Amino acid sequence: MTSSKGSVSKVDGQHDAAETARMTRKQRRLVLIGGSLGVLAVAVGLMLNAFRDSIVFFNSPSDVAEKHVGPGTRIRLGGMVKDGSVVRSDGLRIRFEVTDGKAEIPVVYQGVVPDLFREGQGVVAEGSLDNSGVFDADTILAKHDETYMPKEVADALKKSGHWKDDYAQRAALPITGANK
Amino acid sequence: MIAELGQYALMLAFGLALIQGTMPIVGTRTNDAALMSIATPAALAQFAFVAIAFGALAECYVASDFSVLNVYENSNSQMPLIYRLTSVWGNHEGSMMLWISILAFFGALVAVFGSNLPAKLKANALAVQAWIAAAFELFILTTSNPFVRIAEAPFEGRDLNPILQDPGLAFHPPLLYLGYVGFSITFSFAIAALLEGRIDAAWARWVRPWVLGAWMCLTLGIAGGSYWAYYELGWGGFWFWDPVENASLMPWLAGTALLHSAVVMEKREALKVWTILLAILAFSLSLIGTFLVRSGVLTSVHAFATDPRRGIFILAILIVFIGGALALYAWRAPLLKQGGLFAPISREGALVFNNLFLVTACATVFVGTLYPLALEALTGDKISVGPPFFNATFGPLFIPLMMVMPFGPLMGWKRGDLLGAAQRLLVAAIIAVVAVAGAFAVTHGGPVLAPFGVGVAVFVMAGAVTDIVERTMVLRLPLGATLRRALGLPRSAWGTAFAHFGIGVTLLGIIGVTAWGSERLAEVKPGGSLDIAHYRLTFDGLFNRTGPNYKDVVGHFTVHRASGELIGAMEPSRRTFPARQMATTEAALMTRGVSQIYLSLGDPNKDGSVAVRLYFKPYVLLIWIGAMFMFFGGALSLSDRRLRVGAPRPAKAKAAQSKPALQAAE
Repeated sequence: MTSSKGSVSKVDGQHDAAETARMTRKQRRLVLIGGSLGVLAVAVGLMLNAFRDSIVFFNSPSDVAEKHVGPGTRIRLGGMVKDGSVVRSDGLRIRFEVTDGKAEIPVVYQGVVPDLFREGQGVVAEGSLDNSGVFDADTILAKHDETYMPKEVADALKKSGHWKDDYAQRAALPITGANK
Repeated sequence: MIAELGQYALMLAFGLALIQGTMPIVGTRTNDAALMSIATPAALAQFAFVAIAFGALAECYVASDFSVLNVYENSNSQMPLIYRLTSVWGNHEGSMMLWISILAFFGALVAVFGSNLPAKLKANALAVQAWIAAAFELFILTTSNPFVRIAEAPFEGRDLNPILQDPGLAFHPPLLYLGYVGFSITFSFAIAALLEGRIDAAWARWVRPWVLGAWMCLTLGIAGGSYWAYYELGWGGFWFWDPVENASLMPWLAGTALLHSAVVMEKREALKVWTILLAILAFSLSLIGTFLVRSGVLTSVHAFATDPRRGIFILAILIVFIGGALALYAWRAPLLKQGGLFAPISREGALVFNNLFLVTACATVFVGTLYPLALEALTGDKISVGPPFFNATFGPLFIPLMMVMPFGPLMGWKRGDLLGAAQRLLVAAIIAVVAVAGAFAVTHGGPVLAPFGVGVAVFVMAGAVTDIVERTMVLRLPLGATLRRALGLPRSAWGTAFAHFGIGVTLLGIIGVTAWGSERLAEVKPGGSLDIAHYRLTFDGLFNRTGPNYKDVVGHFTVHRASGELIGAMEPSRRTFPARQMATTEAALMTRGVSQIYLSLGDPNKDGSVAVRLYFKPYVLLIWIGAMFMFFGGALSLSDRRLRVGAPRPAKAKAAQSKPALQAAE
C-alpha cells in the first residue's frame, strides 16, 4: 500500500508543477480566502437583516405597562392564566387574562389551545397588542407540560414577587429525557 | 442490591477511565509498548463495567423497583414493558447513562477493530476517549446519580411523561446519541494526531468509517425525531427550529462537512488541517448540544429545570474539552505538513465549496440558537429567535449548495472541466425546468418561489441520477455492458448518488408541504362534515376507549373522496393519563401516496361537538423518505471495500483506460 501511494504522489508532483505555472499557490489561496470571506460576509448580512426583522422580545404583563410596549409590536407575553378568566365563544375564539400578580392583560386567540392550557397554569402567547390594549395572540406556545413552568414565566413571577414555592417544586420535577 | 451493583460498576468504570486516560499516553511519550497496550483491554473493561451499570438500571426499571428514586419518578408498573425499558433514557439521569454506554461501546469497537492501527495512534485515541468517559462518569456520579434510593419505597411510580410514551422514544434518543457520541471517535483520533504531530491520508481512511457511521445514525435520529414531533405534538409541524433541534442539526452539518473534507484528505492529502478542525468542531457541537439539552438553560419541552450544578458541570466539561482541543490545535496544527494543490474548479474545489457553505450555514444556526442566551446573560432581555430568522439565513445559504451539488461528483480531481460537467447536466437541467413549468401549471396558490424550489429539488435528484448514468453509460452501451459497469462501480459512488438524491427528495417534501399544505380549524357536530383538498371528512361521534395506563376519548370520522367514494376512517383521540393527570392529543394520520391527511382533536364540548384541526400535508412523507435515502447511501458507502482497512486497492489499470468521468470514481 505504501509503495503504490509513493508512486501516486510522484505523479501528482509532476502535475502540480505543470499547474503551478498557470496559477501560483498564492493566487489559489487568495481565491479560497476571498471566496470564504465573501460567503461569510453574505451570511453576516443575512443574519443582521434577519435579526432586525424576526426577533421577538419576551414581556410579562408588568413589563408591558412599564416599557410602554406599543400596539402592533410583536412580543411574547408570558404569565399565569388568571383563574376564572377563560371565556370560550363560538368559532373557536377564546379570551382570557394573563397575570403576573401585579398587572393583567386580556388576551384573545382564535384556534385550538394546547393540551395543557388551563386556568392557573403558565402560558406564553405570541402576538401583538391592539389599540384598545387587548393582546391579539396568533400563537399559544404548547411546549410545556403540567409540571413545567416556562422559564421566562418563572423569572417574571419571581420578579413581581408572586413566585410560590410549590411552583418551584413542580418545576423541579424532571420532565423529559429524550431529545424530542 | 441491583442498584448498588450498578453504582459500584459505574465507580469502577470511572477509576478505569482514569488509568486508560493516562498510562497509554505516558507509554507513547516513553515508547513503552507495554504501557501503550493497556489501552485495549482497559477500553474493553470500561465497556463491560458501563454495560453492567446500564443493565442494572434497566433491570430496576423492568422490575419496577420504586425504591430507586429515578424509577419512581419516571416509571409506572402499569406501563407496557417496552415503555418501562425506554423510560430508562426518558429522563436526565438515564439518558446520561445511555450517553456513556454508547461512548464506551465505541471505545470498545476501536479497541477490537483497531488492531491494524499504528500503536501510538490507537493508544492516544483510546486515552482521549477515556478522558471524555471519565468526565461524564464523574458528572453522573456527582450530580445525576440514577441509583439513589428512597428510604420508604412507594407502591407505585409517577409514570413516564405521556408525550414520551411512544415507540419513538425507543429509537430516537439512541440513534441521536449514536450520532453525537460517534463523533467522539473522530475527535479522539484528531486529538491523537495532534498529540503525535503527524497525520496522513491513512488517518482519513481510518476515520472516515466512523464519521460515516455517526452521520448515518444522526441523519436517521434527526429524521425520526422530526416525524415523532410531527405526529405527536398535534399540529403537524415537522421542524420547529427549536434550540434542541438545532442542537442536533449543528453536529449534523459539521459532520456532513467532515464527511466530505475527509474524502479530499484521503484521496489527495489536501485539507488536512481543516479536516482536523472539523473533527474537533463536530464533536464540540455534539457536546454543546448535550449542554443545551441537559443543563436546562433553554425554554423548551426538553428542559430540565433542575439544580444549576449540572449546568455548571457540563459547562466546565465543554470549556475543558473544546477549549483544550482548540488550544492544542492552534499549537500543533502548524506542524502538520501542507497537502496537495488543486485548481478552484475541481472535485476538491467543489468539496471546499460544500464545506464553506455547510460550515457557514452551521454558524448561522449556532448564532441564532445561542444569541438569545448570550443576550439574556448580558442585558437581561429575553428574546426568542424563531423560524423567520432561520428561514431567512439558512435557506439562502443552502440553495447555492444544492445548485452546485450535482456538479461535484462529475468533476475530476485536481482540475475539473466545468463546461463538460455542465453539458452532462444539461438533461438534468431540462428536467428541472420542465418541473418548474409543471409546478406552475398544476398548483394554485402558494409562494411564487415554490415552483423554483421544486426545480432545484428535481435538479438535485436528476443530477444524482446523471452521475450514475454517466458512469454506467446507460443507453450508450449495450445493456449487458452497462450492467457490468454498474456492478463494477465503487459502492461509494452509488452511496454518493443515493445520498444526494435523498437531499433532493427531502427538499421536495419540505417545499410541497410548506407551500401547498392546507389547514382548517373548525368545530363539528356529530353528522357534520369538513372538506379539505379533495377529501370530505364526516364526524360520526365520540366514544370512549381504555388503554393499559390511559383513557381515550376517540372521535370517529369517515373519509370520502370528493367524488363520493369511501376511503376509510380516522380516529383521533384525546388521551388522559391518570397517574400524571395529564392529557395528550393523539392525532390520526391517513396516508395517500406520499401525502397525508392529519386530524387532531381539541376539547369535546358538552353538546357532543368537538373542535378539530384538520390538515392536508402534500408530499410530507418525502421529507423522511429522503432521509432514508441518505441513510442508505451512507450504508452503501460504508460497505465500500476502500473503507475496509487493509483491503487491497482496486487495480488502477481499469480506471486509466476509461474516460475521465470514471477516473473520478477512484
